[in-house]
Amino acid sequence: MPKADHPSPHPKPRVGVLVFPGSNDDRDLARAFEFLGADVEMIWHKDRRLPQGLMGLGVPGGFSYGDYLRAGAMARFSPVMPAVANFARDGFPLMGICNGFQILCESGLLPGALVRNRDLRFICRDISISVEDAGLFRGQTFDGATLNIPIKHGEGAYVPDPQRKPRVAFRYVAENPNGTTDAIAGIANEEGNVLGLMPHPEHAVDPLLGGTDGAILLRAFLALALERANSE
Amino acid sequence: MSEPEVNLQLGREHGLTDQEYERMLEILGRVPSYSELGIFSVMWAEHCSYKSSKNHLMTLPTDGPQVIQGPGENAGVVDIGEGYAAVFKIESHNHPSYVEPHAGAATGVGGILRDIFTMGARPLASLNSLRFGPLDEARQRYLLRNVVSGIADYGNCFGCATVGGEVTFHPDYRNNILVNAMNVGIVRHDQIFLANASGEGNPVLYVGSKTGRDGIHGASLLASSEFDEHTEEMRPTVQVGDPFTEKLLLEACLEAMRTGAIVGIQDMGAAGLTCSSFEMASRAGTGIEMDLDLVPQREEGMTPYELLLSESQERMLLVAERGRESEIEDVFKKWDLDYATVGTVTGDGRMRIRWHGETVVDIPIDPIAQAAPVYDRPVQVPADLTARQQLDAASLPSEMNLSKTLLELLGSPNLCSREWVYQQYDQLVQSSTVLRPGGDAAVVRVPDTEIGLAMSTDCNPRYCRLDPYLGAQHAVAEAARNVAVTGATPLALTNCLNFGNPERPESMWEFAEAVRGMGDACRALGIPVVSGNVSLYNETSGEGSIPPTPTIGMLGRLENVAMRVPTGFTAEGDAVLLVGETLDELGGSEYLAVRHGIERGAPPRLDLLAEKRLHAFLVAAASQSLLHSAHDTADGGLAIAIAESAIFSGIGVDVELPAGGLSTESLLFSETASRAILSTSVTQVDELVGLATTHAVPITVVGKTGGDRIRLSPGVDVALAEAQDVWRRTIPEIMS
Repeated sequence: MPKADHPSPHPKPRVGVLVFPGSNDDRDLARAFEFLGADVEMIWHKDRRLPQGLMGLGVPGGFSYGDYLRAGAMARFSPVMPAVANFARDGFPLMGICNGFQILCESGLLPGALVRNRDLRFICRDISISVEDAGLFRGQTFDGATLNIPIKHGEGAYVPDPQRKPRVAFRYVAENPNGTTDAIAGIANEEGNVLGLMPHPEHAVDPLLGGTDGAILLRAFLALALERANSE
Repeated sequence: MSEPEVNLQLGREHGLTDQEYERMLEILGRVPSYSELGIFSVMWAEHCSYKSSKNHLMTLPTDGPQVIQGPGENAGVVDIGEGYAAVFKIESHNHPSYVEPHAGAATGVGGILRDIFTMGARPLASLNSLRFGPLDEARQRYLLRNVVSGIADYGNCFGCATVGGEVTFHPDYRNNILVNAMNVGIVRHDQIFLANASGEGNPVLYVGSKTGRDGIHGASLLASSEFDEHTEEMRPTVQVGDPFTEKLLLEACLEAMRTGAIVGIQDMGAAGLTCSSFEMASRAGTGIEMDLDLVPQREEGMTPYELLLSESQERMLLVAERGRESEIEDVFKKWDLDYATVGTVTGDGRMRIRWHGETVVDIPIDPIAQAAPVYDRPVQVPADLTARQQLDAASLPSEMNLSKTLLELLGSPNLCSREWVYQQYDQLVQSSTVLRPGGDAAVVRVPDTEIGLAMSTDCNPRYCRLDPYLGAQHAVAEAARNVAVTGATPLALTNCLNFGNPERPESMWEFAEAVRGMGDACRALGIPVVSGNVSLYNETSGEGSIPPTPTIGMLGRLENVAMRVPTGFTAEGDAVLLVGETLDELGGSEYLAVRHGIERGAPPRLDLLAEKRLHAFLVAAASQSLLHSAHDTADGGLAIAIAESAIFSGIGVDVELPAGGLSTESLLFSETASRAILSTSVTQVDELVGLATTHAVPITVVGKTGGDRIRLSPGVDVALAEAQDVWRRTIPEIMS
């Protein structure tokens, strides 16, 4: 969060959560952002414009369009997506979680693709990830940090695009749950403002529900959103 | 159109007895049309009519101050405080899941979800009770793999967390597995919807997926008869599920309900359009006129018979307030779902259905929906029952190495870890899961409140086979204990009664005894039955029936979810206490089955008053923050319960059990009821013991937590890491 002695025109982060037909963790993500002090707008996938004054955007987990063709493959054609691409181009932070990560890859905002887990089974459990690129979270103290955050997915094995090397943001620690390349759990675009990850930070914000390491990540994301807004 | 001419033979092929056929002619005063015969056959099939079970079910207690809606609606509803209600039910999808495991299990989940959101509730948590044959058989591994992936694919995509349940294995389920799916949803009191077609002149609307030819006679033939050599041919009677459409249907239905324009709503489950329209009209005392040409259809050339009997999934029938149809239409358009006005509510108590300008059905509703045949079927005690209840425990060889025996039990299929199963389920979506699968009961937080709901499914089929009356009591008591150890007060239950062929007097006896036992246990514990489902004919020609399996789905309530108590230990150096007394009760135990291949003897006794005192004590102790952990002692006895609390937490334990004149085997593995293993800080022991004494519950300090071994004196000393490894690897190794 911004330092108290550094007054800013925007005291509170204001972020959006996209809602596709079949999104499931949309309300979870919104609740987590709110829990951490943000104002949240739910954005229906048929909207062609993003709300004014948005500082950051979350693309939630779930099963957009049932994942029937391929996870995220249909959502990229939703009417809202051109506006999302512009938002990313303008340097605002985007975070795609699980199905959101898949959607960002399918729509080309992130390089590479996600394919079915090695064992062809859905996996839901807690797992440790390491922060591999602390530079993505400017001003945050992430060096060497290990976070315990749940995963829950059936198509979470990351396959890089040989033409577009990813900026690796997170790796699984000491194990590879799904056969992902080089234990990659999350990546960013070259500019660093578009982030995609398979683990679900929004499911690790409340100690009652099992851990708070996800809040560290979401807080860092909100800080980036605020920083971007205050830079205008 | 050329439809078959109806006669007695065709009636038989539709599953009607000769008497039922005659009765149908009497009601109509004429020979029915082919479509009408189809309607009679599904409405009077066991699955929809409860004709063999009704007399017995009527004896179950269904009332209580917490009950808002008892049996008879899509699901039961109980008050959970602060203006909220829990809507819950368990339902079987056994035969479809055996014939086509992935689609069968998936649509079982889909069906129960619709039962919940039909009532206006948002589904919050799923559980399932699964029974298979032994996993060393390839067919059973295939069934387990596909049933679990079917449940996972549907529930995960729909977006409802699967938080608990049970999976067990017994050879007698080999040819008739059980898949019982439960769901719990949350609704505000003033937003509960019922399945009534009231208001003459109100439009009848169809929403959701289009109707196809799938699932025709799923309820009447597949679910209401035994398996035989033709079962494989029944594959087309299994429906195909579409969880994405169901998710849209959920959001659209809840949104449409908020318009205030919906009068009544029911999902099209078993026997599809027929059952839903008859039940809605019957409840309201009205009639319905429908035009089948208006029904959205997936295929061309469907006959009225097919349209009426299709069990295509993800469909709802609703009655709207006249003149407000467009408000509902707008919502379904937003969600890109099919929508059509297909008929009107009438006042004359008849079902009139037109197709291509002709009347194809014109029959009275109540004689079919409510005056279905009811049978008082003959019962007979199985001839070998007394012999099976005999057990000479003294003649069994003594254990030479109890540590090895404990490890063998921990790795046995019915006691080992189920992680392989539940890690395939999304346990977290909707951010409500406080205690995840693996423990005695799951605990979820009711969104926007501090209220916790504890839930569990339970049944010990071995007990029920040896004594269905006592076995069913144990199922109720253990399910209630499972929620009580988390600190929750048992509120109400739902049941799924899985039995054999009711036309066999021995099966019918098992059913009657189990219902009697359940009723007595419910009355003693003050827990009403608010919903349920009966699944009969769970047997294969010439091979006998499944063990009687009256699965209980229990719901409990925690005033403050933060006070919930986990199953595993939580700290080193805590005191470990045993509540309840251990008796010499190895009859029907897991120990006997695993170590000696014996499934005989009398199941443990059950003192329901002692059980009730135990629950009250556990709830009080949790609410006063006196418990660090609590674990119900059941399958496998004390040794397994203590080992599990250590395994779950990764904290060792050192316990000395008071012998009390028992054999070591009984001391460790006897399954005496009404017990639990607790842990608490050393400084709180006196207070906890005092509280137990006030509740007249026996309690003994037996040891302490800590270290990296599981030590149970007398005789057991194993490394915790080894116990964890043995416990974890059984199912993954078998399934890999």
